[in-house]
Order: sequence, then structure tokens, then C-alpha cells
Amino acid sequence: MAVEFRKDLFADERDDSFDQIGQPRVRQDIEGHVTGRSPFFDDHLFDGLLHVRCVRSPHHHARIRSIDASDAERMEGVVRLIWPRDIPRNMNTLLSLINFGRDDEPLLAERKTAYVGEPVLAVIATSVQAAQRAVAAVRVDWEVLPHVLDVEEALTPDAPVVNDEYPNNTFDYHDRYDHQKLRFGDPEAALARADHVVEGTYQMSPIEQAPVETCGAIAAPETNNRIVCYTSTQALFFSIGVTGKLLEIPSSRLHFIGGTVGGGFGGKVDSHHEPIAVLASLLTGKPVKYMWDRAEEMQAGAPRSGERWRIKDGVMNDGRIVARIFTGFFDAGAYTRLTSYGVQKCTGHLPGPYTIPNVASNIFCVYTNRTPSTAMRGFGITGVDFAIECHMDKVAERVGMDPIELRILNAYRDGDMKAHRRLAKNCALIESCQVVAQKADWRLSPDAMAQSSLAGGGTDWRAAIPETVTDDEGKIGERRRSGLAPDPFAGTGQRGRVAAGTFSDHPATGNAPQRDDMIAEASRLGFKVDTGAPSAPMPQAERPVAPPAPPPAAPPPPTAPHGSQGAPTLPSAYSEAPPAPTPTVTPPAPPPAPASTAPEPEPYRPEQPFQRGVKRPGVSRFISGSRRR
Amino acid sequence: MSKTPVTFRLNGEDAAAFADPGSNLLDFLRRAVGDLSPKYGCGQGTCGACTVLIDGEPHLSCITLAETVTGREVRTAGGLANGPILDRLQEAFIDKFAAQCGYCTPGMLMAATALLDKNANPSRQDVIDAIGGNICRCTGYEPIVDAILEASRNTRGAA
Repeated sequence: MAVEFRKDLFADERDDSFDQIGQPRVRQDIEGHVTGRSPFFDDHLFDGLLHVRCVRSPHHHARIRSIDASDAERMEGVVRLIWPRDIPRNMNTLLSLINFGRDDEPLLAERKTAYVGEPVLAVIATSVQAAQRAVAAVRVDWEVLPHVLDVEEALTPDAPVVNDEYPNNTFDYHDRYDHQKLRFGDPEAALARADHVVEGTYQMSPIEQAPVETCGAIAAPETNNRIVCYTSTQALFFSIGVTGKLLEIPSSRLHFIGGTVGGGFGGKVDSHHEPIAVLASLLTGKPVKYMWDRAEEMQAGAPRSGERWRIKDGVMNDGRIVARIFTGFFDAGAYTRLTSYGVQKCTGHLPGPYTIPNVASNIFCVYTNRTPSTAMRGFGITGVDFAIECHMDKVAERVGMDPIELRILNAYRDGDMKAHRRLAKNCALIESCQVVAQKADWRLSPDAMAQSSLAGGGTDWRAAIPETVTDDEGKIGERRRSGLAPDPFAGTGQRGRVAAGTFSDHPATGNAPQRDDMIAEASRLGFKVDTGAPSAPMPQAERPVAPPAPPPAAPPPPTAPHGSQGAPTLPSAYSEAPPAPTPTVTPPAPPPAPASTAPEPEPYRPEQPFQRGVKRPGVSRFISGSRRR
Repeated sequence: MSKTPVTFRLNGEDAAAFADPGSNLLDFLRRAVGDLSPKYGCGQGTCGACTVLIDGEPHLSCITLAETVTGREVRTAGGLANGPILDRLQEAFIDKFAAQCGYCTPGMLMAATALLDKNANPSRQDVIDAIGGNICRCTGYEPIVDAILEASRNTRGAA
């Protein structure tokens, strides 16, 4: 049985009172802030501190023929250079630490650069000025390559290849798909029935996080063969992991100190400064600071990705939206960073906070010769929300309806089934709309004012997973790289169908598949999940457990042009053996019923310090101490 | 090139240190003097995080030559508190939640100090003008303006 985390796991630790809201609170770190004593990374002084500046590409896309740094190396104040060959493993992708995506980005580019500002060589010098002078004296022989800056141009067959690891200029989802799909119901059929079809295209710009403290790190030799690193990072364990991987040194040698961040907003996740600072310190044996100046922060710092959206709605005369189809393009820039993940976040968010029975989306994570994009304040969500809300206004105009009432009519209500096959809970859009209208003196009809998120949701079709069409639409969705397994649904010329009620983890129809060992199992956790207290019905309960779900009305084996895979080969999510007897069969076991294989809980020994993971009886093992109140 | 000795007064006390040729006051204060309260944000005089008072006037230390403070009075956020007793502005910033990351706070405090030293009873617009050169990316400016107005009403700790 899968576990619903959050409230269930931490039920005995949560206090759901909202009495803190609206009350003035004193930040625990505020005294350091107002006295100027908060220890930001740059507030650590070292004698003989060295500084790093990078030689950066002035071109969108260029091959490096040669680099002549002989003059720079001899300049006053220059200690040494860091070449790509000095980096033990000069290829990484940020999310490789969670096994998502392939290594695609060098710390210092060796053969070619793919965006303006990409670093190719680092100079370590006794002052920032000396480093800057040396950087200016480095001569790089560039062979300028054709570049592409537009997401849809990047998907044309003759577009230049931005990132050699992804020669289609798209991230490969699950190593097989050039985009992330969501399918729910039959949007095309619903569009045909709709009174109106409303289409719109929306474009969001990249946005720089622009923290007042620029990104940076100071690394210095410490005792016991360790390196201490003070860093502005927002993601200390990413930084340690990335540094350890690129430099091939165990994390036990890395003493990273962070936590005081002068504004991050997502831009301090990428972990580029720490590896360079630590490597420079290892190479020189001295304390080294690598901190961007403002120009570097703005030029080379990774922004939120630009997004382009096409939305097509089917709407009835009464304002009910019956179908919504998205095509989205996320501009990853030259390297993946976190954009691949942003696309998945976005897919889970569609179609916005509205109950629409037929939804489809194809979202592409596209490589272009722009600055790589990364996390930024709700990335993957806020961009598409802007598009959705603009589109709602357009729909309201078309059907001649008040735009707020249109939102209330279509809003999620508690118990509704969302397109990614989770039930909507704790909905508040209706109430938010009503309050906004009141505050703006916007007159709503009595009917709209009487609506509630608590009423009307979860009834018949609203709570159901519809029969879902899987399609082979769109030439752009075909994979252009040969040698890959054929898409299970492509090229058949016939639509597949997934039975109504199927809870699908397949990427073509629902959520990304989750590896079995990553699904939290109650038995494996040994946690008291099934306390007998009835909780809200979970989508999982609707998964037909026995017998295996019927395969979709299998299309006759077509004369498949590629591959021997005729009929769609369904992933294990459809046919996996039903899990062992459901917990309801088991008699209500006394307290936590761990799996029989789980070791006996260790007796509580108060005299011993806590180990990783608390083992006291009755205490969640996911916290390592008492919660701060 | 040789370093230049700079003697000046810092937060009411005599101070002296050697400045690198051409170094700016921000680097000089942070590295040579050891007062870390002014912050580097842009290095080009646009963000205000490095604001200090020179003879009572707010200056952007990142675009001020270190030698120019010779013989003058410099005040920084590190010197606002009298030991454990916080300045009224600091108290007001705490009460009004006028900081999140805290990086712009020292500069905001010095811009506000310069205002309150000259104008004990500023209007809201006066406050907005006074911190117009200081960028905050976290809290938005409303709590900061509220805090400065609160401090102006509160004579506690005022000299």
C-alpha cells in the first residue's frame, strides 16, 4: 500500500491551528541582520585570499580551436590557471544526484561553448583586478557556429545541435520520450462537441533571480586533509555532491558551511562556484574566493526558463470548459540544469485549478543557445499559470461571461479528480475569487457568491478517471533520433484507449512512472499507516488490483514501420501483479506493524546520543531531533 | 605599488589601516579594517547594500575611493548598536519584520539613519525617497518603510 505522506505521517507532530497568521513574529536570525553580523559566505576573512575570474565565451555557439594563455600566465598577480583538463571529471548534470538526466554540462567547456558567458578557463590571482586583467589577456581562437535562440526553431530538423548529449535539442524523458505527456479523457472528441473552441499563444520571458548577494564560495585548506568551503548555496547537499563528483573526492573531505543566503530565489542551486573554489584551493593550497560580480550574475547566472504556450479550450455556451489541450516549450538554454524537472512539475499542475474532464499536454524541454535556465520561484508553475489565467479571460470574453464567475464555475472542488489522477483536496479557489471580488467591489451574481469548494465536488464524472485516449498526434512528437526503442503508441495510426478508472503511471497517460523501489510502501517503512481511521479515498484505491487491468482495446498489430514492437507494449504499471493482501484483510495489528523482515526496534537508550534517524519508540524516524516550536 | 595608510574615525573611534592603491572604501572597510557590515551587491553604485555614512551623509562605499575618508567620520551598521542596546531603527526593523535574507539591511539602516538624523519627523514619501537607492529583493519595501516610520515615532534610544 502506498503511503500518503505529509499529514498522515506527521499527524502526531502537526499543529493545524492557524493562530500564527496575522501575528507579528520575530525572526530568529533578525538580530544578526540588523547588526550586520549575520555570517554570509563573504563575511569570512582569510589572509592571502586568492580570487578567481573566468574566461567566458562571447559567442552564442562556438568551437574552441585553441586557447593562448601564455601572456596571462606571466602577468603580475596570476597564481595559476585552471584548465578543463585539471578537472578530474569535467561533466555533470545537477539532477544526476537523484538519477534524473544524463551528464551534459562541463564545469569549464573544453571543445565548444553553447551560450554567451560560458566559462572555458579560470584564472587564480592575488586580486580581482589581477584576475580580470589576465582574463582579458587570454586569446581564444573561436570558430563561430550557427546558433539557435528560439525554442521552436530549435526543434526544426536542420537546427544546430546545441548540446551533444541531447542531439534532438530536447531532453529525453525516461530516456525515450522527447517531451512529457499528460493524457486524461478524450480532448479531441470533446473539442468536436464544444460550442466554442478558444485558442491562444502565450510567451513568458526568462527572469533573472537577481539576489542582492551575488553567488559565490570561499574554499580554504583545513586540517586533516579537509577543505572548508563557505558558500552562498541554497542547496548545500547538492553543492557537496556536485563538488565531490566533479573533483572525484569523497564528501568526507568537504566541510561545507552555508545556510546564510543573501537572497536566492532559486539562482543559488546550481553549484558552480564551490567546485571551482575547492579545486583552486586544492591546486594552490591557499584560500580562494570565487564570487561573481554583478555583470556575471546577470549574464552567466541561470534565470527562470522562458516558456511558450499554446492552449486550446473547448467551451460550452454556459462557460463550462470541457477540453483543454496544451503544447508547451520550456527554454532550457544550453544545458539541462533544473528545467527538465520544471517541465514535470508543470505537467502535474495542469490544467490549472480547474476541473476539466478532458486534458492533454505535450511539454518539451528544449535546448537553445541561451543561458541555461534553472530554478526560480515556482518555476514550472507560475509561467503556465500566467498563460492559463490570460486564457481564462479570453474564454470569458468569448462566451460573454464574467471572468471571475467563469473561474468559480470551473474551479476545483474538494473530491474532484485532477488530470494527473490525484483527488483535489483543500481547494480554495472559489473562496479566493469571492474575497477578491468583494475587495475589488466587483459584483458577482448571488449564485456565484453561494458557491463553495466544499460542495458539489467529487460527484460522478467529477471524481472519475475517464476512458483515456492515447494518441500519436503531432509530427513534432516523434523521436527523430534513430536507435531508440519505438514509442509504444507511435506509428500505429490508431488510437489506443485506456479503460476508464485506470490509475496509470504511464507517461503517455498519467504520471511519470516511478521506480518500484522509490514508491514508499507502508510495509517497508514499518509505519503505522493503516490505523483503521477512514481517511479520504485515495486514487490508489481505484487502481484495479485484481485481476491485472485489461489492456487497452488493443489495436490490431499494425504493419509497424519501425521496430518489431507491434501493439503498444504496456509498461508494468498496467499488468503488475496485485500487491499482497490489502491491509484491510489483516486484523488491526497493535501499534506500528512493521514488515516481518524489519528488525526489532532497538530499545530506547536515553544515555546514547541520537543516531541518524530517530529510533525512539513512537517518534517519527524522519526527524533527527525535536521540532523547534 | 605601495599601500596607503588611511586614518579616520569609524563609528566614533579612531581607526587606521593600509589601503591597496585604488581600492574602494567597501573593500577597505571589509578586508583591511574588518568591518563586515557593509555588503557587496553590485560594485557599481546601484543597489545600495554598501551604504555607509561619511560625515553624516550616505555614500555608496563601493564607488568611493578608500583614501578619501582620511580624517573623516565613517559610520556603518556595525556601529549602530550601543553594545547590547540596539538602536531604535534596529528595534523597529525587528518589530516590523523588515528583513528576510538580511543582505540589504545594513545599507537600508544607514540610509534611514541619515534621514532620521536630518528629519526627525519624516513623511512616508520622505522615507521612500531616502531608501530610493537601496534595493531589496525579499521583503518588498512596505515593511521597511513601516519600520523607519515606526523608528521616527519612537524616541527610545534616540540621542
